[in-house]
Amino acid sequence: MNHLFEYVLRLGDDSLILGHRLSEWCGHGPVLEEDIAMTNIALDLVGQANSLLEYAANVEGKGKTADDLAFLRIDKEYRNLILVEQPNVDFGHTMMRQFLFDAYRKILFEKLLESGDEQIAAIAAKSLKETKYHLKHSSEWVIRLGDGTEESHRRIQNALDTLWRYTEELFYSDEVDESLRASGVLPDLSSLKQEWTNYVHAVLNEATLEIKEETWYFQNGRQGYHSEHLGYILAELQFMQRAYPGMEW
Amino acid sequence: MKEENIEELERQFQEKIDNDIKIEPRDWMPDNYRKTLIRQISQHAHSEVVGMLPEGNWITRAPNLRRKAVLLAKVQDEAGHGLYLYSATETLGADREDTIDDLHDGTAKYSSIFNYPTLTWADMGAIGWLVDGAAIMNQVPLCRCSYGPYARAMVRICKEESFHQRQGFEIMTTLANGTPEQKAMAQDALNRFWWPALMMFGPNDADSPHTAQSMKWKIKRHTNDELRQQFVDVTVPQAELIGLTVPDPDLKWNEETGHYDFGPINWDEFWAVVNGNGPCNKERIDARRKAKEDGEWVREAANAYAAKKRTKKAS
Repeated sequence: MNHLFEYVLRLGDDSLILGHRLSEWCGHGPVLEEDIAMTNIALDLVGQANSLLEYAANVEGKGKTADDLAFLRIDKEYRNLILVEQPNVDFGHTMMRQFLFDAYRKILFEKLLESGDEQIAAIAAKSLKETKYHLKHSSEWVIRLGDGTEESHRRIQNALDTLWRYTEELFYSDEVDESLRASGVLPDLSSLKQEWTNYVHAVLNEATLEIKEETWYFQNGRQGYHSEHLGYILAELQFMQRAYPGMEW
Repeated sequence: MKEENIEELERQFQEKIDNDIKIEPRDWMPDNYRKTLIRQISQHAHSEVVGMLPEGNWITRAPNLRRKAVLLAKVQDEAGHGLYLYSATETLGADREDTIDDLHDGTAKYSSIFNYPTLTWADMGAIGWLVDGAAIMNQVPLCRCSYGPYARAMVRICKEESFHQRQGFEIMTTLANGTPEQKAMAQDALNRFWWPALMMFGPNDADSPHTAQSMKWKIKRHTNDELRQQFVDVTVPQAELIGLTVPDPDLKWNEETGHYDFGPINWDEFWAVVNGNGPCNKERIDARRKAKEDGEWVREAANAYAAKKRTKKAS
């Protein structure tokens, strides 16, 4: 297994699939300002996916492009977190999903600035700027909805209860991470979980929300075992490339 | 106010307009000028927002990452245009939510073109090329509109629309130079969007009751038929350039007038769509209503949270 390829693919697929989910909101947001914000975040994520998958394709060295990787793999070859493929449900679920992910991504990109791989460090630097804004936006909404009305509190608490089971996967680590750590591509990420927990707890606390610890956490996305939702995402995402193979668009 | 005072104000108002002095929100203006502008600008805002739907329909199915990013950026621009335009109506004393309610209950109209479905990827090309192209023809003169806030909003909007038009034409060019399947897809999109695009300029001048007054007030600078002709003259050579056929057997260059002659527009179809019977009128309005209803708890929460913050600050 090419560990660097695998690692970059994981980062790229997270951006690709979450960008897809967010873009489903386009034209249906709760206020026009949020249509603009969510579309903008989706656009950032698609941009990150493009940079990351382009790099992954180079690392793989089989002459593929970012588009080949984005559009022409089968479901088991996607490496994204199960969290990011979860459906939008309502604005509360969407913002909670975004918040849990953004907090992880921001801390991760800060650490990846120290990556021994120049390309990863450069993509992290560019993406970090965007992610800081995404996290500010999603944190503010989690607080507003948590401490807003009875209904908004109930909805966002429900979102937290539903999505918490997918958070352990944010810190999933296997031989890919270990070997890249040994070769200096990855910096020390051991404090990632603690830093994430501190930040997330502080925001949830301000939002008057409670974490209900789970007895089971889902974390098979990195190995290519996904929820049922991914298949439908891919059916849309890949439609054109599958229906009209090999054409320029 | 005494009648002669109003007459005097109206005279001064028209004098400003005749001298190309912009009317600003605090200036005196005739009630009908205000009403006409609120109607026109809010309909324009609604068109931007409803217009997000037919293109939003293809974002998740865009054929590659670059096209997906460009389409997202374009639809985001449209939301932004909606926002500036709603703000412009607010300078005239209209309430954004009230104007949106008028859209949802059918009192306010929006551009009928968005009541046609987007069936294939080529429709993203056709909309950019023809619909944004027609919008530019309509909107460039509005940059000189007598009402200051509208004119200034239009300057910014037109810059972005021109990028939209180019990306649409680029999609069509790529398809027209592609495989036979792609070329057929492009031709089919042109066939479906050509006539609705011509209808975007509104009824013939003889049937356009507001035109004369709007031109006198310099809200409008050209008539519907003038703009439609300009659009045909610019667009037909573009179709020829990429090898697509405009679906009009009567279309031909007229040496004498220096313009293209084109066939009759099906005004029955135009009025049917305006009056709610287009292929997607119901879907579009249902989608906007649903967005508003589903978002109500979010807006309430944001207001409740802001109120709590204010109370905390005050205490």
